[in-house]
Amino acid sequence: MGGYAVYVWSAYGITLIVLIANIWAAYRRHAGMLVRAGREGRLEAPGRQPTVREIS
Amino acid sequence: MGFVRWFHQLASPPYVYRLAGRLAPWFAVSGVVLMAGGGYGGLVLAPPDYQQGDGFRIIYVHVPSAYLGMLAYMVMATSAAVGFIWRMKMAHGLAVSAAPLGASFTFLALVTGGIWGKPMWGTYWQWADARLMSELLLLFLFLGYMVLRASFDDREKADRVSAILAVVGVVNVPIIHYSVEWWSTLHQGPTIARLDAPAITMDMLAPLLVMIVGFTVFFAWLLCKRLQGEILDREGRARWVEQLTGGASA
Repeated sequence: MGGYAVYVWSAYGITLIVLIANIWAAYRRHAGMLVRAGREGRLEAPGRQPTVREIS
Repeated sequence: MGFVRWFHQLASPPYVYRLAGRLAPWFAVSGVVLMAGGGYGGLVLAPPDYQQGDGFRIIYVHVPSAYLGMLAYMVMATSAAVGFIWRMKMAHGLAVSAAPLGASFTFLALVTGGIWGKPMWGTYWQWADARLMSELLLLFLFLGYMVLRASFDDREKADRVSAILAVVGVVNVPIIHYSVEWWSTLHQGPTIARLDAPAITMDMLAPLLVMIVGFTVFFAWLLCKRLQGEILDREGRARWVEQLTGGASA
């Protein structure tokens, strides 16, 4: 790399880390919202009896 | 009529959620392939620059990041404006989804630009440089948009107020682009977006164009996934979400 290796590879390395972090964050948020929506849906299901914790 | 009907469908959360879910895998595969191809072209196939040597290869991640930062801002501001004018929740959802992506690409542009600047200019950062400062302002606009939203408990109020900030901040985008022409900057002038011919040869330009397209498709992929999460956050108690998660039958 003609003396530029540390600059080039650090730029590509940081880019790769940020891109992977973006993928992780987007999928984590989507999965988290799916779990939350599923939990809320079960809590509000018709005919369901509330738990003691919810009443108290 | 077809376009009007489609535009109205974009206000429907289940329609947008499913559309984003269908598009995301295609964007994912094509984005990763294009970025891998562009990265190989930039690191291996492109010849060294006659002045900057192999150090110029940083442009293959720096330029797409900088471009994506501005594109993400335009997506955020345009969809925020549409949401503000037509009271479309999905448009606000799109703006919210674009903000963290835009912030991360702008951060990348600043960091990779600094890494490039050290061997070329002798410094990582120059406070008096108009391009660097306007790019830093773009990062602050993204962060300001997210912090402003987080300061409201009422989501509708957050949508309206943050949309105003997003639209006002659009003025910074042309300033970023033309800063190297309007002021004497340490940052070099335009290389690709010139009225005459690009200032680099085709064997250097081709991988860069592939990377720019790859970054754009990658952004579209994550925008779809973030939008899906945002829709579920906004529509968590809707019947279609219950059917989606199987909550009603549990």
